[in-house]
Amino acid sequence: MTITEKILAAHCGKKKVSPGELINAKVDLILANDITAPIAITEFKKIGAKNVFDKDRVAFIPDHFAPQKDIKAAEQCKMLRDFSKDYDLGLYFEVGRMGVEHALLPEQGLVGPGDLVIGADSHTCTYGGLGAFATGVGSTDVASAMATGECWFKVPESMKFIYFGKLKKWVGGKDLILHTIGDIGVDGALYRAMEFMGETISSLPMYARLTMCNMAIEAGGKNGIITPDSITEQYVKGRAKRGYTFYSSDKDAKYVEVREYDCSKIPLTVSCPHLPSNTKPAAELSHVTIDQVVVGSCTNGRIEDLREAAEIIKGKKVHPDVRMIVIPATQQIYLDAMKEGLAEIFVTAGAVFSTPTCGPCLGGHMGILAKGEKAIATTNRNFVGRMGHPESEVYLSNPAVAAASAVKGKIATPDEVV
Amino acid sequence: MILKGNAWKFGDNIDTDAIIPARYLNTSDPQELAKHVMEDADRDFPSKMKAGDLIVAEANFGCGSSREHAPIAIKASGLQAVVAKSFARIFYRNAFNIGLPIFESEEAPDKISEGDVIEIDADKGVIRNITKGEEYAAKPIPPFMQELISAGGLIEWTKRRLKAS
Repeated sequence: MTITEKILAAHCGKKKVSPGELINAKVDLILANDITAPIAITEFKKIGAKNVFDKDRVAFIPDHFAPQKDIKAAEQCKMLRDFSKDYDLGLYFEVGRMGVEHALLPEQGLVGPGDLVIGADSHTCTYGGLGAFATGVGSTDVASAMATGECWFKVPESMKFIYFGKLKKWVGGKDLILHTIGDIGVDGALYRAMEFMGETISSLPMYARLTMCNMAIEAGGKNGIITPDSITEQYVKGRAKRGYTFYSSDKDAKYVEVREYDCSKIPLTVSCPHLPSNTKPAAELSHVTIDQVVVGSCTNGRIEDLREAAEIIKGKKVHPDVRMIVIPATQQIYLDAMKEGLAEIFVTAGAVFSTPTCGPCLGGHMGILAKGEKAIATTNRNFVGRMGHPESEVYLSNPAVAAASAVKGKIATPDEVV
Repeated sequence: MILKGNAWKFGDNIDTDAIIPARYLNTSDPQELAKHVMEDADRDFPSKMKAGDLIVAEANFGCGSSREHAPIAIKASGLQAVVAKSFARIFYRNAFNIGLPIFESEEAPDKISEGDVIEIDADKGVIRNITKGEEYAAKPIPPFMQELISAGGLIEWTKRRLKAS
């Protein structure tokens, strides 16, 4: 069996599961945010269950339109707060203590290796970086699981992605996953598990693994997953709030497809409008002038991402025609960025340093684009209208390319700046 | 179940931001969402579509976010069903969970033109093009999905399970 199959089997009390099999599996954690939880709450109440299945395994995180951007958003956030109080939820994260959900839960040790996690947010697949099976579902799925502690799944086929060779300077997890999506397309892994492995992955730090698994959904994947190892152990030790299990794929595990990538040949990669699969080397895009830069999100808002951007922009100025918005993904990252002097580097350079929020990533608030404007962002989607006006454009990149572009006022590589 | 209506054509990879842009997600009121259905794929769509119409799209319909607001907006607008070559997996789950009829067909999107009158026999898995006098096969709906449909959606199905246990 593959690691994905083993985790699913362990959660439905079976010795073995096979692709295509329909199972009802126990979930270790359920999450929803201020956009998806209101529907989940309404549907949950229709079921008529007295309580949630486990008050310490349902996490509500107001992060998308929070801090509350308008009255309607405030009403939605209030639904989360009221429900959490009424049902005595142990994992409600108020503004000021919250963070972007997929950065927050791993950081707080609330998800771990071997877990089965569902979330009413498509980027729930992030936790595959820890060796968990994690996948996005809808609000009604969450409502049902809140009552029963279970969710139905079709066991996915697995695709193997092998990465070897040394990464070029400034090339990281974001470039690897954008390159992969560019290779297989936005439905290249539809309904499938994406298992990332190889020598390059074995030495890839946890933040970059989380970035890679985060974007499995942009290839249509059900989940992304990386076999836990010593890097995983180091990350979860002293952090995990529950027990965890390391699973790994058997030698004779079956894969529907295997792809190999020589990382020494993967360039700094940018996804051009309007699909994540529309990738080009950053070096070929120097003609694209930009109006806004966003560094943040569940994809690239971790402290290491901020350090990378700060290293580029330190002592320089954001281009006069550019707005640069830096959003640490959690309160802890915000604090660390202040202690390390990163916040000062950004503000001195003329950038905005914001409180945690998903904000501009989904065109919510805190940096919306006008008609005709272009942004380069470390976020995960560049669909039509994703960051604002339907006639605006979003380019996706890693934090170093985004920061270099902020200095140049056009898409640039770090070497052009440092 | 027989569904009959006029077809509106869309292309590949119609994402959930195109179906219902995030700028409208500060509410989950179905009628509010319906006012903006497919707006970023076609600005005039909400005003020109009529209740009872159908969407016919290419591959990977509903890719992107997990927002259930997408199938809700389609359903609340009065659109009867979506036919596509394939669906993104979260959208697929969500549609069955909330009771929006969706049909996978390789052939139908290639043959159907905008405005064609389409009749879908959901039980037989047949898509009839009344305008062109053609018939296309829809992929059979998996047994578990049929169970969800006959229960009236995931919430009713869950209620029954809890009662039985």
